Amino acid sequence: MSEPEGVKLEARGISKSFPGVRALHEVDLVLQRGRLTALLGENGAGKSTLMNIIAGVFPADAGQIFVDGQPVRFTGPRDARARGIAMIFQELNLVPHLSVAENIFLGREPLDWLGMIDYAAMNRQAAALLARLEIDVAPTTIVDTLRVGQQQVVEIARALACEARVLIMDEPTSALTEHEIDVLFRIIDGLKRDGVAIAYITHKLQELERIGDDAVVMRDGRTVSAAPLKELKHQDIVRMMVGRDPSDLYQNSAPAAGDEVLRVERLSLKHPRRSGDFLLRDVSFGVGRGEVVGIFGLMGAGRTELLETIFGLHSHNSAGSIYIDGAPVTIKSPSDAIAAGLALAPEDRKKEGLVLEMSVAENTSLASLAEDERFGLLNAPAENQRVGRAIERCGVKTPSPRQRVRNLSGGNQQKVILAKWLATRPKVLLLDEPTRGIDINAKREIYILIDELKRKGLAVVVVSSELPEIISIADRILVLCQGRLTAEFGRALATEESIMHAALPRQKVPA
Amino acid sequence: MTARVPRVSAATIARFQSLGALMLMVVAMSILSDKFFTPDNGWNILRQISVNLCLSIGMTLVVLTAGIDLSVGAILALAGAVAAGLLKNGLPIGQFDILLEFTAFGAVLAGVSVGALLGMFNGIAITRFQLPPFVATLGMFSIARGLTMLWTGGFPVTGLGTSFGSIGTGTVLGVPMPVWISAALVAIFVIVTRKTRFGRYVYAVGGNERAALLSGIRVDNIKLKVYTLAGALAGVAGLIITARLDSAQPNAGLGYELDSIAAVVIGGTSLSGGRGSVLGTVLGCLIIGVLNNGLFLLNVSPFWQQVVKGFVIIAAVAVDRMSARRT
Repeated sequence: MSEPEGVKLEARGISKSFPGVRALHEVDLVLQRGRLTALLGENGAGKSTLMNIIAGVFPADAGQIFVDGQPVRFTGPRDARARGIAMIFQELNLVPHLSVAENIFLGREPLDWLGMIDYAAMNRQAAALLARLEIDVAPTTIVDTLRVGQQQVVEIARALACEARVLIMDEPTSALTEHEIDVLFRIIDGLKRDGVAIAYITHKLQELERIGDDAVVMRDGRTVSAAPLKELKHQDIVRMMVGRDPSDLYQNSAPAAGDEVLRVERLSLKHPRRSGDFLLRDVSFGVGRGEVVGIFGLMGAGRTELLETIFGLHSHNSAGSIYIDGAPVTIKSPSDAIAAGLALAPEDRKKEGLVLEMSVAENTSLASLAEDERFGLLNAPAENQRVGRAIERCGVKTPSPRQRVRNLSGGNQQKVILAKWLATRPKVLLLDEPTRGIDINAKREIYILIDELKRKGLAVVVVSSELPEIISIADRILVLCQGRLTAEFGRALATEESIMHAALPRQKVPA
Repeated sequence: MTARVPRVSAATIARFQSLGALMLMVVAMSILSDKFFTPDNGWNILRQISVNLCLSIGMTLVVLTAGIDLSVGAILALAGAVAAGLLKNGLPIGQFDILLEFTAFGAVLAGVSVGALLGMFNGIAITRFQLPPFVATLGMFSIARGLTMLWTGGFPVTGLGTSFGSIGTGTVLGVPMPVWISAALVAIFVIVTRKTRFGRYVYAVGGNERAALLSGIRVDNIKLKVYTLAGALAGVAGLIITARLDSAQPNAGLGYELDSIAAVVIGGTSLSGGRGSVLGTVLGCLIIGVLNNGLFLLNVSPFWQQVVKGFVIIAAVAVDRMSARRT
């Protein structure tokens, strides 16, 4: 069974761009038989993009992949799987209403002599895999009823069932219990003995001491280091993950410490499906007039949930109090939030921020349309005037306010969203990843705009997973980790290393 | 920044396509039949489409929010039957031994109210109980059909008097009443969709419900209003048809919801919501009306008429999709 040692898969010069972003820039990667290569880097460094390309999920713009020394071209995940490459995705890719066994063998169902699915054989094989993973779940259980961690184990079983020779794991332990992690690590040991090459994305550096062999550190779509783990120290890795030339950072103006505008007290958010589990736990903080508070956290830390909960999107599951200008407010819906003086620019502009079929003007006035009403009808001149002012203030570049917002660049779309909120004359601006996926110049313009708003006395909360961004624009930085605030840094004390330390989970994930 | 750019949206293209198709059909029918292009026949077509127009205005609002309403034909029947029954027999209130008599105006009000009430039920099922519009209105379709049978006992209600009948058969300034009513509704709802906050919100909810919610729009409230309006407009359609026939038929409006969805779709309104217009729907109704009328004048069998209408619906949407793919 075991193959000789050596290079199993090699990727050379892989580049990939998405509209507005260069995700990968001439990246090389080597995966050796029987070794686990850890991929390290901040969110957005390009790890997942690289793995998706190797697994055939989408094609590279440039570069070449070799398997066993042979150049290969994948047109889909099926091609990659035929070459023995399997991937365990970070977001679960299971069909919720099918059984565990049906999911494990999806697309490769064992058939009987009539060409029908041989359920007996399928369930038997699935049961064997589940036993190997030491998970107490029947093959006939419907996936939807499983805990997320158990679903992750099913996902792992699915990858094992293909008998992959290259196994890619994207943060496989993020929802596992200690025991499940232990079992997974033993299985990884076994796979390595069988000569399987493993690529392993993680934020938990302590895991690597147990299972890692090599480490590849990525930053801004490039590989910054590739070396055996033994030669690296924890500190070196963190520095390489975040290190960046400080000269290209934007510096905002000094904070004007004003009265507290927003106060959040003991905000908690229950997990919508798992009872007893929390997405946010007792989060308290305040934001002053003319202050920008940055919130940093890794994937799944609860960043987006925090802003959404403040904005009244989870009023059924949340507890805690919110004060505006010192007075308690009840926020049960976004319209309550807007009335209280809040504004939220969501992370996913196209899905949550804009009505793409509508014009720039219609999007800009959407949250404050009542102001343009005269005797029950919309007053077009009033609306145009208001919209004109708002898009000018935010520097939206559009041939006309009547242009459909769909046709604008990402940066200009984000400015339209900001214009929409400024038109409501908010007191507090909540920004979720305000510069994700937009080019460097537009980023800068948005930083300048945020700074301007701050100087005019707005209280701003910025959630970001980009460390340099948060350090350069925030006056104060709060770090979220697994739904709790774990650290607070003043502007002078925040370093990328110290923030990253606070954001990395220390303990094993609870069940 | 104020420079005018030529902006040709998909909806505009669709409208030109429908307009072109309509004119082509008018020319073709005029050549094929000498009875087609006459003033009398023109009024005839407008009167014939007035019922579908009332239904389709409401359906346009519903479809703009990315919904669907399968119950409008059934609501039409119930509203007509209730109005006719109240007008003819009054409403006995057993406990007090009182008979409430209804004037034509009272009956009209009752008919529209019944429609609005049932539409509101649709809206509550869809917003409060999170039912898919297809299911909620399919249920209401059956409920309203059943209630109509219960109310009428399965028999037509006839002999409704001239003042009620004038809604269907009267003319003002030489224009038939149904045409006045449907034209007025078109005018009102063109303004509502283009010039009011509610209209803008309807487009926003259909275009991106999540973004609308995050912009502070009370999405549930908008949907509730839209389905209530669709029901009320179905009530109006029920009154017109009942008055025109001087009789409430228990199975009036059978399949009308499909004609009205067809008109909305042919008129360029996207079934996925957020895109379309009331004027487009007017064109859709005219196309269906001209088609039915022309094929009738050409002595084409009604069975073939159905087949042709089906192809027109498919062709209209196919053309719309093709042009959407090009842009």
